[in-house]
Amino acid sequence: MKRILVSLAVIGLLAGAAEAQQAKTIAVSVPTADHGWTGGVVYHAMQEAKALEQRYPGLKVIVKTSPDAAAQANALEDLTTQGIDALVVLPHDPNVLTDPIRKVKQKGTFVTVVDRIADDHSIYDLYVGGDNPGLGARAAEYMKKAMPNGGDIVVIRGLPIPIDKMRVDAFNDGLKGTKINVIDSQFGNWSRDDAFKVMQDFLTKHPKIDAAWVQDDDMAVGVFEAIAQAKRTDIKFVVAGAGSKDMVKRVMDGDPMMPVDVLYSPTMVAVAMDVTALGLEDKIPVRGDYILKASLIDKANAKDFYFKDSPF
Amino acid sequence: MTQAVHDAPAGAARRINLGAVAPFLALILICALGAAANARFLSFDNLTNVLARSTFIATIAVGQTLVITGGGLDLSVGAMAAFVAGLEILFLNSGLIENATLLIVSAMALSLAVGALCGLFNGLTTTVGKIEPFIVTLGTMGIFRSLLTWLAQGGSITIRDSEVRAAYRQVYFGDLFGVPYPVLVIVGVAIVGAFILTRTAFGRRVRAVGSNEDVARYSGIGVARVRTLTYVLQGLCVAIAVVIYVPRLSSASAATGLGWELMAITAVVVGGTRLKGGVGRVWGTIAGALILEVIGNIMLLSNVVSEYLIGAVQGAIIIIAMLAQRLARNR
Repeated sequence: MKRILVSLAVIGLLAGAAEAQQAKTIAVSVPTADHGWTGGVVYHAMQEAKALEQRYPGLKVIVKTSPDAAAQANALEDLTTQGIDALVVLPHDPNVLTDPIRKVKQKGTFVTVVDRIADDHSIYDLYVGGDNPGLGARAAEYMKKAMPNGGDIVVIRGLPIPIDKMRVDAFNDGLKGTKINVIDSQFGNWSRDDAFKVMQDFLTKHPKIDAAWVQDDDMAVGVFEAIAQAKRTDIKFVVAGAGSKDMVKRVMDGDPMMPVDVLYSPTMVAVAMDVTALGLEDKIPVRGDYILKASLIDKANAKDFYFKDSPF
Repeated sequence: MTQAVHDAPAGAARRINLGAVAPFLALILICALGAAANARFLSFDNLTNVLARSTFIATIAVGQTLVITGGGLDLSVGAMAAFVAGLEILFLNSGLIENATLLIVSAMALSLAVGALCGLFNGLTTTVGKIEPFIVTLGTMGIFRSLLTWLAQGGSITIRDSEVRAAYRQVYFGDLFGVPYPVLVIVGVAIVGAFILTRTAFGRRVRAVGSNEDVARYSGIGVARVRTLTYVLQGLCVAIAVVIYVPRLSSASAATGLGWELMAITAVVVGGTRLKGGVGRVWGTIAGALILEVIGNIMLLSNVVSEYLIGAVQGAIIIIAMLAQRLARNR
């Protein structure tokens, strides 16, 4: 009897040792590269996965992309059945994915949510996101500084979702009490083609526009093309946001039409993965909310935000 | 009442005329609304802007008119446009040909060939594979879009050489005696499309196949061959749209051509083509495509509609335009 107990204990010890040796797995679930920014997310997630696997031998990082919220919910189930220790998730739609993420957390998995969250903050251990109100506020601050005597500006928003509203509200708040008037505001759906159309129509509608705030660098591509076609010289500059390599390059090269950009970088997924691995492998307590600053990118610091090999 | 008119030959002719003219009446009505909303609507720059923009949907919708008239459907056109655009830009970036003009012309030729092949694939899978066109083209829609995303590695594909870019840019922004090239393309494609559908033996077969497949088969028409050809022509139309689209922003991304299939199908139906097949109206389709683009333009130019409600007003106008057409035709 005693011998059996001893051998059981030995087996237990061995199993325990084996578990300590056992490879840990981090699953990363992100949207498919459906536009520029998510393309950047996928790229940086892949790069960081490679870097982490090198840094922590035995660590496995799986990156899975999903085309929509429903597919992502399924992907989370599939990943959990494979057995994972931590999940880093950038949800398509945080409202739809709250319950699927909670299920993963209830299994004891460490959950990191990136960028988008719904009201329920109990579903994650760690949150890493950009500063959405900050993106609007920085842009407004720059406008205020660049146009001390006021002026007429147009705004091209993204899609009607909470992120967009947070940015626009902060931008409008930032302009309160100045002589800068938002003479028109429309949705450009974060699409180059739609932004081109909207800007063409703005140029038709308004004989004088001093500047434009375009919420995203992808849309800025269409806006610049529309301005060039109209051969209008009244527009002095455009402020965009995100930090795509093409727009950061313009800032770096001192393009007068693109003096600054505001950071809302897809690299945040890499930060999330890194901090998650820190908690998992180095046993450092990392739970908490991390908000990355919406830094103002100007000619002086642009090189710090330039990722030449990223698709975005 | 309608039946009686249907039987009389003179009445039938009048009925067709009204049906053909109705989309244009709707267009004129909407334009009048636009002029009332903002005087700048009728400015030359605005009108050419809107016409040039509608080239993509109008051109693709002419192909879709042929496909739908023949009893088919193609949901893959938007994704196909993105895929062809991606390939064209990659070819332009390859630098295989020194001379910029020659390079651009070859890139256009390549686009047309790729478009036709994509259409051929859709057509053969539908006819030889005997699978519903809805399913086939839903499948190829996913395939084409993923291929573009893969080619672009999730980002965008942009023309790198600034000289090529500047030369090619003229295709969208340039004009002939003040008429932008894209507008000439719409007119050209519509003339050819209308000619094919109404004046050729092939066009008659397309209509026959679309109105009754079995009767067409018993009359000795190669149904599979006719249908496949409509998909090839659709592919060509998509490629023509791409040739005009690429120089505008000199880039293609996963967002290129998103939703174009629904806009093209809407343009076809608004233009008076029967969704069930058998009756096709190429010029009506052009009017339909213009209506869609003009509504968007007016919404932006007017200050009346909140930015949150634009979609609702657009939807309502399309439904009203269809109702007005139905009334005009039944009278």
